[in-house]
Amino acid sequence: MRLMNRHAVIEKNATLLLVGSLLVVTVGGIVEIAPLFYLDNTIEKVEGMRPYSPLELAGRDIYVREGCYLCHSQMIRPFRDEVERYGHYSLAAESMYDHPFQWGSKRTGPDLARVGDRYSNLWHVEHLTDPRSVVPESIMPSYGFLKDTPIAVKDFSTHLVANRRVGAPYTDDMIANANADLMTQADPNADTSGLEARYPKAKIGDFDGNPQQVTEMDALVAYLQMLGTLVDFKNYDETAGYR
Amino acid sequence: MKFGKEIVLLSLFAFAALVAAGAGVDEPFRQHMWVLFFALAGFTAILLRNTEFKPAAPIDPAAYMDGPIRYGAIATMFWGVIGMLVGVVIALQLAYPDLNIQPWFNFGRLRPLHTSGVVFAFGGNALLCTSLYVVQRTCRARLFGGDLGWFVFWGYQLFIVMAATGYLLGITESREYAEPEWYVDIWLTIVWVAYLILFLGTILKRKEPHIYVANWFYLSFIVTIAMLHVVNNLSMPASFLGSKSYSAFSGVQDALTQWWYGHNAVGFFLTAGFLGMMYYFVPKQANRPVYSYRLSIVHFWAIIFLYIWAGPHHLHYTALPDWAQTLGMVFSIMLWMPSWGGMINGLMTLSGAWDKLRTDPIIRMMVMAIAFYGMSTFEGPMMSIKTVNSLSHYTDWTIGHVHSGALGWVGMISFGALYYMVPKLWNRERLYSLRLVTWHFWLATLGIVVYASVMWVSGIMQGLMWREYDEQGFLVYSFAETVAAMHPYYVMRAIGGAMYLSGALIMAWNVAMTILGYRREEDPMPGSVPALQLAR
Repeated sequence: MRLMNRHAVIEKNATLLLVGSLLVVTVGGIVEIAPLFYLDNTIEKVEGMRPYSPLELAGRDIYVREGCYLCHSQMIRPFRDEVERYGHYSLAAESMYDHPFQWGSKRTGPDLARVGDRYSNLWHVEHLTDPRSVVPESIMPSYGFLKDTPIAVKDFSTHLVANRRVGAPYTDDMIANANADLMTQADPNADTSGLEARYPKAKIGDFDGNPQQVTEMDALVAYLQMLGTLVDFKNYDETAGYR
Repeated sequence: MKFGKEIVLLSLFAFAALVAAGAGVDEPFRQHMWVLFFALAGFTAILLRNTEFKPAAPIDPAAYMDGPIRYGAIATMFWGVIGMLVGVVIALQLAYPDLNIQPWFNFGRLRPLHTSGVVFAFGGNALLCTSLYVVQRTCRARLFGGDLGWFVFWGYQLFIVMAATGYLLGITESREYAEPEWYVDIWLTIVWVAYLILFLGTILKRKEPHIYVANWFYLSFIVTIAMLHVVNNLSMPASFLGSKSYSAFSGVQDALTQWWYGHNAVGFFLTAGFLGMMYYFVPKQANRPVYSYRLSIVHFWAIIFLYIWAGPHHLHYTALPDWAQTLGMVFSIMLWMPSWGGMINGLMTLSGAWDKLRTDPIIRMMVMAIAFYGMSTFEGPMMSIKTVNSLSHYTDWTIGHVHSGALGWVGMISFGALYYMVPKLWNRERLYSLRLVTWHFWLATLGIVVYASVMWVSGIMQGLMWREYDEQGFLVYSFAETVAAMHPYYVMRAIGGAMYLSGALIMAWNVAMTILGYRREEDPMPGSVPALQLAR
């Protein structure tokens, strides 16, 4: 076959082989990924999405640090059983400010995309400290150390700045108040009007039951309690989101 | 002075690590920099103890450079045992959650240690040492670039140590199989580019007119991994003296970029690279030529073109747009054909030498590897069909599938290649013991069979329990009940994994004794000697 004979040219030229294989492997990625950045219908138009408050972001950092996504997905598929078990199927818009995404690939534990508001703060603290005290069948590790670890952060605004650089719409106001907002959200006695204006629907309170200090437990529970609560589904047009 | 430049550079970097350990903005980063400091300082001390002021002996430019390959073979064995051991530990943690020790040894921190340990430390070192072995012998040329081979070897080990200790300290990007944080990623990029230069440079100075097929696969694996690694790990650090960074992409785009990377870590790291291994070591061990030259051309180009498209099958029924999901599914199904092209080319290389299956346990291992490659590259396209995936996704079925590929294909072909390579690298007449290879073969094979079938049962069962309705239209099982139902399977899975690990331990013993120069007195393999006598 002549084509096969021509292949001998590539077999004798390492540069051709290198360039040829690099060209061949770039095609798929370009065709599949690049359109996601410019096709308008990739992310649904919804009301209510906002970037994470500093305490929620700190909690998310802990979620990422501990590798929670290895056992918990944050992506409800549009099936009857999943919607009944976990709530409305997940929208692309709901993770639009997630750097990185935490959809997960395995459900050793249940999906957490809409775990917010499902349990009390106290339940979360108990469950994270000793999972089998509230769910006997659970095989989750204990995360009691979070309660004893104060949030050690010199300047949390750098985290908001990094997120803004990669596209999350943090305003100058949000960045200037980052450190104060981080503390305020876990303090039920503080004046939270500024925080609530900047981050609508933010959950405020002493999450870990210890008002003396803001701990990693406060941050993680604040993050879990807001998961899936932002989008207003009453005003969401299902059919417009089909693609 | 021997190692003069190296000592100066290493001590400078050690000092920089010390400064970073003091100035870091977060605690995990400071701890990580202490780890780096001790690693670099320890290495400097070792070099200082071995330095000499005599002029170095001249290097024969025609001789092969096998030093980094010998170290690589030992590192493969070492990291393999570590990675598999961590695998058994986390399997037991799922069965007995009290084995979690917070915070450093919780499942969430150990699991990336297991996956990176077996994929990048064991698999990576196997690819590194076999590729450098193969490229020199098929090009009849010494490795390019002087001591570049040593830099690639030690640089890669440093990457492994930094990645592994980082996970335990809680330094992770939590993107599956791309967990290391930004500074470790940058280091890997430097080492990987050096690896590409080393490999390509050696091909360019070859004395053979043709580039052998194994090198096509190795080369495409190296260059594609470079592309995937760089794009997928683009991220913005919160501070250049801190461990935390935020991915450059978010949500849907981040998900598909990650699985474009993730699936092709399978496609190129765990498949193309190991096919390169197959194309050299199977013909060598069987003493037969590759079955079909034409097939190797067709399936090489087809496999590298098609694999890249398959990523979206990890995101079926998610918020990823439907068109991308369907595209990913179609290409995943097409991928079945070139995958089986590789399997056929590997298996049929044994035509005329099938009798060796009876007498040569190393060939047996390689054939079993190719058989598992065929099985998992059939199972994969099947699971990428959306209907099947709606059941299998999020369950242990995926875990079982990965392990039949990883333990069966990647593990077994690497073991076969090492068994072939080790006696030659250390100038031994043969392995310490062939009977131990047989033991390894059966322990590993039975271990995989137990592992994979247990995960099929638990995965399909869990998927069915999640979607089971009663006559009144209510969900039958709470989530916690489905977790409890998994317990016996998690215990059995740990047993399957432990069998595979014990096979690897036997191999480590066998390889160590071979390197030390021992030979076990044992009867020849049954069937081999009488046949030879008859032939005379």
